Amino acid sequence: MKRLIFALLLLLFSIPACLAVDTPDEMLPDPALEQKAQQIGQQLRCLVCQNESIEESSAPLAKDLRHIVRLQLQQGRSPKDIEAWMVQRYGEFIRLRPSFSAVTALLWLMPILSLMVALLLVRRLWHRSASAPAPLTPEEHRILDSLLKKD
Amino acid sequence: MTLTRRHLLAALPALGAAGLGVGFVRMLHGLNQGHFDPRAINTPLTGRPVPDFPALPPLSDTPSSPPGLTRGDFQNIKQPILLFIWASWCLPCVEEIPFIRHLATSLAIPQSSHTAPLALWGLCYKDHPTQAAHWLEQAGHPFTRLGMDREGQAAIDWGVTGVPETFLIMPDPQTGGRIVWHGTGSLTDTLYQAHIHPQLETVP
Repeated sequence: MKRLIFALLLLLFSIPACLAVDTPDEMLPDPALEQKAQQIGQQLRCLVCQNESIEESSAPLAKDLRHIVRLQLQQGRSPKDIEAWMVQRYGEFIRLRPSFSAVTALLWLMPILSLMVALLLVRRLWHRSASAPAPLTPEEHRILDSLLKKD
Repeated sequence: MTLTRRHLLAALPALGAAGLGVGFVRMLHGLNQGHFDPRAINTPLTGRPVPDFPALPPLSDTPSSPPGLTRGDFQNIKQPILLFIWASWCLPCVEEIPFIRHLATSLAIPQSSHTAPLALWGLCYKDHPTQAAHWLEQAGHPFTRLGMDREGQAAIDWGVTGVPETFLIMPDPQTGGRIVWHGTGSLTDTLYQAHIHPQLETVP
């Protein structure tokens, strides 16, 4: 059992390594810059296998794009510049985290909106249960009395 | 029976489902007609000038081989250009051969006066010259210009995500060529009639 847990733990810790590039020679010699490259790459969609980032994908195009990210970082370009370069060629779709715009506003604000709706509903339910029921009308009193007298 | 709030609330999901149904039917119809492709990637280059890309060498230095491809070649074009991005190793590109062959031969005979003469250019993506030459042989040497993109860097500048892809470029003296249509996947006669042919008729 202990051995199994250990193996599972090892597996858990090996996952981040799988996210890295295909071969070590793709990586930059400077570890800080390489980490920056991976952070950028994880935000860029691989356009061949569309639910993976270019850091995770082993498609040739993802490899080329990884190479471009690293090349441009070495040239001293900022992550923002590199993302803009990618968007110019492949459109907003390449961003795994869409930028905030008129089109994506609903998407980004949805958590806040749904929380507000939920709070409103909770408030309404709360008030309904708290308020006392309306008092009986004279007619209802009469019916109640007659029912009680039956017994 | 009177219409109560409860009835209206019950109708809401039904109306929603009906709306979705109509949407799905329209999507399926578009899929059949070639207007809608769920796998098509947003093509930001459509409507924009031809991008800058590194100059691409020809297939070989022999005089029979068509010249290579550079950004400058688009600067002074007088006719619409259909640019094919292809590779001999890609199966859809092999499937595309009969159509390209047919298109090249039909363009060689004089066109009716109201459509602009179309030129076919090629960009060969990450391919070996010998295999590319074999593909060209089978397609009947359709291209008047052909650039060899060995490293695939020029294709990235064009926003290419996979071969085959096709661009329709219109002459535009101000910007030096404007992209009016970008298709992903094999070009078929259906797609050609739906997207490319109408564009050619608008050219004076």
